[in-house]
Amino acid sequence: MKNEIKISAKGVQVFYADKHAIKNVDVEIKDKTVTAFIGPSGCGKSTFLRSLNRMNDTINTCRVEGEILLDGQNIYDPEVDPVQLRAKVGMVFQKPNPFPKSIYDNVAYGPRIHGLSQSKTELDEIVEMALRRGALWEEVKDRLSEPGTGLSGGQQQRLCIARAIATQPEVLLMDEPCSALDPIATAQIEELINDLKENFCVVIVTHSMQQAARVSNKTAFFHLGDLVEYGDTEELFIKPIDPRTESYISGKIG
Amino acid sequence: MAGTTLLLVGVVLVVVVVFTSSYRVSYLVTDNYKSLNSRIHYYGMFGLLCTGLPVLIIYLLWWLLIPFYFEASVVESLINSLEISPDENLSLLVGQIEIIRDTFLSADLSKKSEVLNQNGKINYEVVASLYDSVNQPFDPETRPLLFQVGYDLWLLEKNTNNTFHLVLFIMMAGVASVYIFKVNPRFKARYYVENIVLGILIAAAGIAIITTLGIVVSMLFETFKFFELHDWKDFFFGYTWAPNFHGDSEMSILPLLFGTLYISIFALFVAVPVGLFSAIYLAEYATSYTRSIVKPMLEVLAGIPTIVYGLFALITFGPFLRDFFGNGGAFGVNWMSDARSVATAGTVMGMMLIPFVSSLSDDIINAVPQSLRDGSYGLGATQSETIRLVILPAALPGIVGAILLAASRAIGETMIVVLGAGAIAKFSGNPLEAMTTITTRIVSQLTGDGDFNSPETLVAFALGLSLFLITLVLNVIALYVVRKYREQYD
Ligand SMILES: Nc1ncnc2c1ncn2[C@@H]1O[C@H](COP(=O)(O)OP(=O)(O)OP(=O)(O)O)[C@@H](O)[C@H]1O
Ligand SMILES: [Mg+2]
Repeated sequence: MKNEIKISAKGVQVFYADKHAIKNVDVEIKDKTVTAFIGPSGCGKSTFLRSLNRMNDTINTCRVEGEILLDGQNIYDPEVDPVQLRAKVGMVFQKPNPFPKSIYDNVAYGPRIHGLSQSKTELDEIVEMALRRGALWEEVKDRLSEPGTGLSGGQQQRLCIARAIATQPEVLLMDEPCSALDPIATAQIEELINDLKENFCVVIVTHSMQQAARVSNKTAFFHLGDLVEYGDTEELFIKPIDPRTESYISGKIG
Repeated sequence: MAGTTLLLVGVVLVVVVVFTSSYRVSYLVTDNYKSLNSRIHYYGMFGLLCTGLPVLIIYLLWWLLIPFYFEASVVESLINSLEISPDENLSLLVGQIEIIRDTFLSADLSKKSEVLNQNGKINYEVVASLYDSVNQPFDPETRPLLFQVGYDLWLLEKNTNNTFHLVLFIMMAGVASVYIFKVNPRFKARYYVENIVLGILIAAAGIAIITTLGIVVSMLFETFKFFELHDWKDFFFGYTWAPNFHGDSEMSILPLLFGTLYISIFALFVAVPVGLFSAIYLAEYATSYTRSIVKPMLEVLAGIPTIVYGLFALITFGPFLRDFFGNGGAFGVNWMSDARSVATAGTVMGMMLIPFVSSLSDDIINAVPQSLRDGSYGLGATQSETIRLVILPAALPGIVGAILLAASRAIGETMIVVLGAGAIAKFSGNPLEAMTTITTRIVSQLTGDGDFNSPETLVAFALGLSLFLITLVLNVIALYVVRKYREQYD
């Protein structure tokens, strides 16, 4: 089970109007692993990540070509409902974006719209489970009815992760989830990602090479819309094949 | 010195100050502009402001206040003349005298002998020819006293104004020469110009506030007059609106307030759903192309004068409703006798408010951060779920504020209800009956030739003040709510 391929991209091209943001990317992402996307700013990491759950559909000018298979099914097939897809492929954003609702309602949002619980107690259990896995339960268990926007930045980000977990996705996409956080909150989130890979396929975009090295099993290096190199994290960092990867991880480009 | 001369001389003086002061500064600065405090043009600018601005302000104040002095002197000489009886209408006489003064002014007379002969009597022939020369009809029956006082007034104004202009000119020249001879490169011209500009801006804002205060005070004044003549208990707690001119009118605001609120609420029931839904469509669903067409069209709707809406209510929409609900109408009922009704005015007023509600709500919905939408879509929510569960709750306080603003416009709206609502003050729940509002009664109490001191006329001010207070409270609450909501995302 461990090394099954979850997502497989074939010849993916992404355009913003005339701008060619992702050029012919092939990649295979394994289940129950953490895959990191690294690369200089503007190289298309977020763009590629967002094409994995069709969040790019919300941008008018954006166009995706090629195939992305999730469990063998092309997600850009007209048969596929992007709304259903996003329930399976959850997303956590760079900036924490809790809804202006209570902590409880934030976490219960996904389960409610997808009808994941039959009763109030079941919903309570889902919320508690998600908050526990988001490493937030102990801090908020007495104030579940307070607004989620009243938490600290790090807590908000963990709330957003818990919110994504509660929807019970199969894949969790995270776009720079720690960029707004201090080292302590970052460490908590990294620990959390480590736990999450037991059950999920996690894809994380990061600007920190150390973070990629710490949390990921696989790393993909993007440069100017190309996927330059993709492999086991250790190998990619110790002996990169492509000179561009080498100069990026040694700090010469980016 | 006449006004036009002063203007001409003043402009020349200002130009002279601007150039000589700049020239003097650039002449005095010897070390290659290093010791210069501000750039050269600021010295000229300060010269312009310090010579021109005070004169302008004094001049304005003078024209605002001096007429009171002149009028007082006219009234005084009228009373001193002992020729008029106490029950004569003084303001009428003052008006006549001012016409005489104006005639003298435009006839440009220069010698006393042209009007008065040796023993101070009016020279009627000369006066008649004077009137003739400016095409003013001359009434030989006019009392000599009025000519006498009118002439005195003309003379007084001429002399005072001349002296005033002269003093003003001397002051201006004084300031100008002091500045020209004192200015030097170390003078902080830029700093002072900045402060003066700030002062001008504050004054502009102040005028708006003072105007509002002035309106309120004058309304208060008339309202107090009304309450001296009419029982306040009847006004606030009475049941009937039935003004007559026998002095025993019943005039209560309550039936009018009822009509006003009824029609406004009716209008909101039309405007809020339509406006809100169109805002949601525009903000969330429409492509930018559709938006670029629909938004300007809604704004055109907002630009239609309310009298046009009123005509639409009276001529088109009211009869249309009556064709359905009236006697012999399509529904076979007889619920509506007049084209004018709560439903007529309310629906049309609602149409007027649609663009108002929709453009405010559109702004508010757009202010909800995109990240919240992304968050919701990222959890697999559909667009309408996102709108219902995230966007509308987040935007709700702002939308409530927008609705309150719309309500205060509905309450103050006049032309639509004047034409579409009818004139019958009563408490009735039937929306197909004619009803009247506070604003329509204000209009009807003040049009026609009523005496401005009778309670039947003064009641308009009490009504107006009440209306003002109601809309003020609504606006304050609405602005508070909207602002509170803005802070949430800052
Ligand atoms: N909505 C958009 N419309 C047009 N072009 C876009 C849009 N979003 C991204 N781009 C362009 O696509 C390219 C890739 O952007 P993307 O956001 O994927 O970069 P990134 O690798 O995530 O960068 P960063 O590390 O700074 O977040 C950039 O050149 C960017 O200018
Ligand atoms: Mg990015």
